[in-house]
Amino acid sequence: MPQATFRIWRGDAAGGELRDYPTEVSEGMVVLDAVHRIQAAQAPDLSVRWNCKAGKCGSCSAEVNGQPRLMCMTRLSELPLERPVTVEPLRAFPPLRDLVTDVSWNFAVKQTIRRFRPRAPDAPDGTWRMAQSDVDRVQEFRKCIECFLCQDVCHVLRDHRKFDGFAGPRFLVHVAALEMHPLDTEDRTEDLRRAHGIGFCNITKCCTRVCPENIAITDNAIIPLKERVADRFYDPLVLILRWLRGPRGPQT
Amino acid sequence: MPAWEEHEHDVVVIGAGGAGLRAAIEASAAGASVALVCKSLLGKAHTVMAEGGVAAALANVDERDNWMVHFADTMRGGQYLNNPRMAELHAKEAPERVRELEAWGALFDRTPDGRILQRNFGGHRYPRLAHVGDRTGLELIRTLQDHGIHQGLQVFMECTVVALLRDDGRVAGALGYDRERGRFHLWRAGALVLATGGIGRAYKITSNSWEYTGDGQALAYDAGAELMDMEFVQFHPTGMVWPPSVTGILVTEGVRGEGGVLRNKDGRRFMFDDIPEAYRAQTADSEEEGWRYTQGDKAARRPPELLTRDHVARCIMREVRAGRGSPHGGVFLDIAWIRERLPHAAEHIRRKLPSMYHQFRQLADIDITQQPMEVGPTTHYIMGGVRVDGDTQMSTLPGLFAAGECAAGLHGANRLGGNSLSDLLVFGQRAGRHAAAFAREHGRGAVDGDAAAAGMRCALEPFERGAGGENAYTVQSSLQETMQDLVGIVRREQELLRALELIGALRERAARVGVAGHREYNPGWHTALDLHNLLVVAEAVTRAALLRRESRGAHFREDAPGKVEALGKVNHVVRRGPDGAMAVAAVPLPPLRADLAEVIQEMR
Repeated sequence: MPQATFRIWRGDAAGGELRDYPTEVSEGMVVLDAVHRIQAAQAPDLSVRWNCKAGKCGSCSAEVNGQPRLMCMTRLSELPLERPVTVEPLRAFPPLRDLVTDVSWNFAVKQTIRRFRPRAPDAPDGTWRMAQSDVDRVQEFRKCIECFLCQDVCHVLRDHRKFDGFAGPRFLVHVAALEMHPLDTEDRTEDLRRAHGIGFCNITKCCTRVCPENIAITDNAIIPLKERVADRFYDPLVLILRWLRGPRGPQT
Repeated sequence: MPAWEEHEHDVVVIGAGGAGLRAAIEASAAGASVALVCKSLLGKAHTVMAEGGVAAALANVDERDNWMVHFADTMRGGQYLNNPRMAELHAKEAPERVRELEAWGALFDRTPDGRILQRNFGGHRYPRLAHVGDRTGLELIRTLQDHGIHQGLQVFMECTVVALLRDDGRVAGALGYDRERGRFHLWRAGALVLATGGIGRAYKITSNSWEYTGDGQALAYDAGAELMDMEFVQFHPTGMVWPPSVTGILVTEGVRGEGGVLRNKDGRRFMFDDIPEAYRAQTADSEEEGWRYTQGDKAARRPPELLTRDHVARCIMREVRAGRGSPHGGVFLDIAWIRERLPHAAEHIRRKLPSMYHQFRQLADIDITQQPMEVGPTTHYIMGGVRVDGDTQMSTLPGLFAAGECAAGLHGANRLGGNSLSDLLVFGQRAGRHAAAFAREHGRGAVDGDAAAAGMRCALEPFERGAGGENAYTVQSSLQETMQDLVGIVRREQELLRALELIGALRERAARVGVAGHREYNPGWHTALDLHNLLVVAEAVTRAALLRRESRGAHFREDAPGKVEALGKVNHVVRRGPDGAMAVAAVPLPPLRADLAEVIQEMR
C-alpha cells in the first residue's frame, strides 16, 4: 500500500508544533480517514472534531496545506502526496488541542441576532402561502452547515481580530436568510450597521471561495445587505427628507 | 475542592438532535429551567443527516391522506409490533409539529399553490414527506436550534454523560464530563430526558457518526429501566459502497422517490421479482406504472423500489450473494435514466437531490445525472430502545423520559422512512412537556454523592492502566466486526450464540483498556468510555435476536424464515436481572383499542 506523510499540528493554547506521521493510504481516502488511521494506530490522543463524515455537519474544519477545508470532503487524490500534507487547526480561533479550536465565539454571536418574527398567518388554519421562487434564494443561505471556514478565512477576523465589532460572513448569511425570508417582519438593518459591523467587509470574496456548500456569500448575501444599509442610512435623498422631517423620517 | 461542578435544573435533556432540542424547547416553554447536554457542538447531531423528509398527513399533495392512513401505514410497516397509542399520537400530531416549524422559520419546498410540498416515500400510501430538497434534517435541526437558543436553555456542548444517579425509586441526576478539560459535572434534576439517538457504531458499516454508541439505552439499562424491541435494527438498503473510506454513508431513499431504480449487473430491475403479499395490491405491475407514480399520478401504484427498507435491503443482499451485484459488492441505483422521460433531467436531479449530487461528485467521482451509483445496505437505525409510556414517554424508572431514536415503541419491527423526523418532533415535544410536569410535581430528588464518586472513579480507571492497557480503538473495531458478521441483516442461532461469547470476551478486554495522556480533549479516553455502552446494546440486540425465532420486519432469521404467530403478539423486554445478568423476556403487546383496530382493518 502506498504511504504518505501527514504533518499535523499538535499542541494547545500554550503552543505546539507540527509533527510528522507516515501512514498507509488507499484509494478514495479523504484527509479525515488518514487522521483517524493515525489516531487508531499511532496517536490515540490526537484531538479532532468530526461527526457525519459526509460534508453535512460542518465539524471537521481544518487547514489542509494551508487551505481551509472540511477534512471529510478533501480527497487525498487531489493533494500532492510526494510531500507531507500539513493539517492544522483553524487559525482564526483560539486553539484548544491539536485540531480542535474554541469556536464558542460563533455561538455567542448568533445569540445576538434578532430571531425570526413571522407575519400573521395567511390562511384561517394558521398556515402561510409562499411561492417556491421566493423561497429559493433563502434556501441557498439555509444550506449553511456552520463549518465556520468562511469565518476562518475572513481577514477582518483572521488578521484584524475584529471579534468585538464584526459578525463575520457566516452570520451575515444568517441575517440575510432572516431578512429575505418571505414571512419575516423583523428589522435588522440598524444592527447590521452597528453591532454586526457589515461596513468592515470590503468584498474580497475569500469567504465565498472556501464555502463547501457553494453559497454565494458575498454576492447573494452580503452585498444585498450592504445595499439595505446604504439605502437606509446613506441615501442623500433620505438624509434630506430625514433632516426636514426630524430624526424619525421615512424609511425605505 | 469538589470533584465535580454541580448544576441544578428542573429538567436535564441529554442529547441535542431533533428530539432533544424539541424536548428542551417544550420543557422550557412550560416554565422549567432546562439544561441541554450534548456530546458534540450544538447543531451537529445526526439529525442533520436525515435527508428525505418528515412524514405528516398534511394532505397538501393528495387530499385523500389523513391521520388514519398514516397510522395504518406505520402499523403495517412495523408488522403490528408497534405501540398503537404511539402510532396514533404520532399520526395525529405530526402535522401540527411540522406547521409549528414553519412558524419558527423553516422553509420547506412548496406546492404550486404555495403550501408545504410533500413527496413519496417507501411504505407511505400517499405523498407525505415535507422536505427541503434532500437536506430536510439540516433544516429541522437548524430551525429548532435557532428557536431554542432564544428560549433560555442552558446548553452544555461537548459533554458526555456517563451515569444516571437515582434517589430510591426515581432518577435524580446525571454525571458526565466535558471534552474540553476533562472535568466532571453533576446535574441535579427533577426529570431527565434521554434523546441520545442510536447505536450504529456497534456495527462496522453504518451511516451513523462516532456519537451513536447507545448511550441513552445503556444509561437507562444501568439505572434499572427497561429496554424493548432491541432485535430490530434497520439496515438502510442504500449506503455508499465505494470508495472504501465512505462505505456506509447514506444515499437517501428520496433518490428512489424521484424515480431512481435498482438494477443488478445484468441491468435487471430485480425488485419486481419479489413483492411481499401484504404489499402486492399497492405495488405497480409494470415499470411504466411505477414511473407514473413517482411523477405524481394518483391512479398509479408505487414501484417496488419503494417497498419497506427491510425488504429492499434483503433483496439487494440476495442479488449480491447470487453474484449479480456491482463491481464493489453492491447493486446499481440509477436516477440518470430519467433523462429518457424528462427534458432537463440533469438540472432536475441537481435541484431535487443537491446533496446526493455533491456527495457522489466529491467522494466517488460519480456524476449521478449521468451514471448509476453503487449502493448496498448500511446500519442505519434502531427501532428498539428505552421502553416508554405511549402518552408521556416516561420510562419504567420514574422521572426518566426518552424520545426519538433512543426510545422504543413507535416503529415496531421496522420504521418507515420519514417517520423518524416526525417521531422526534412529536415525542420530543411530549417528553419535554411531561418531564417539566414531573419535575414540577415531584421536585428534585437527593443525589447520592458516593454513587457519583464511584462513577467518576470508574471513568478515570483507564488512565491508571495507561498506555500498557488494551487499545480502545482496537476493542471497538473488534466489536464492530463481530456485530457486522454475526448479528447483521441475516441472522442464525449458532452465529448469535457465538456473538454472545465474543461480546463476553470483549467485555473483559474493555475492562483492561488503558489510556495515555491526560484528560483534555483526549479521544482515546472518550472511545474507552463509550465501549461500555456499545457492549450493553450489542448484548441486548443479540439476546433479543436469539429469542425471536422467526423473521419479522428488520429481524431476519435464516434458520426461521417465516413468521410465528405467537411471536407477533409480544415485544421483547430487556432488563438487568436480580443476579446482575441481562435478562430478556417476552411481554404481551399493549392492547389495541377497538376503534384503532377498525382503522387498520379499513386500510388493509
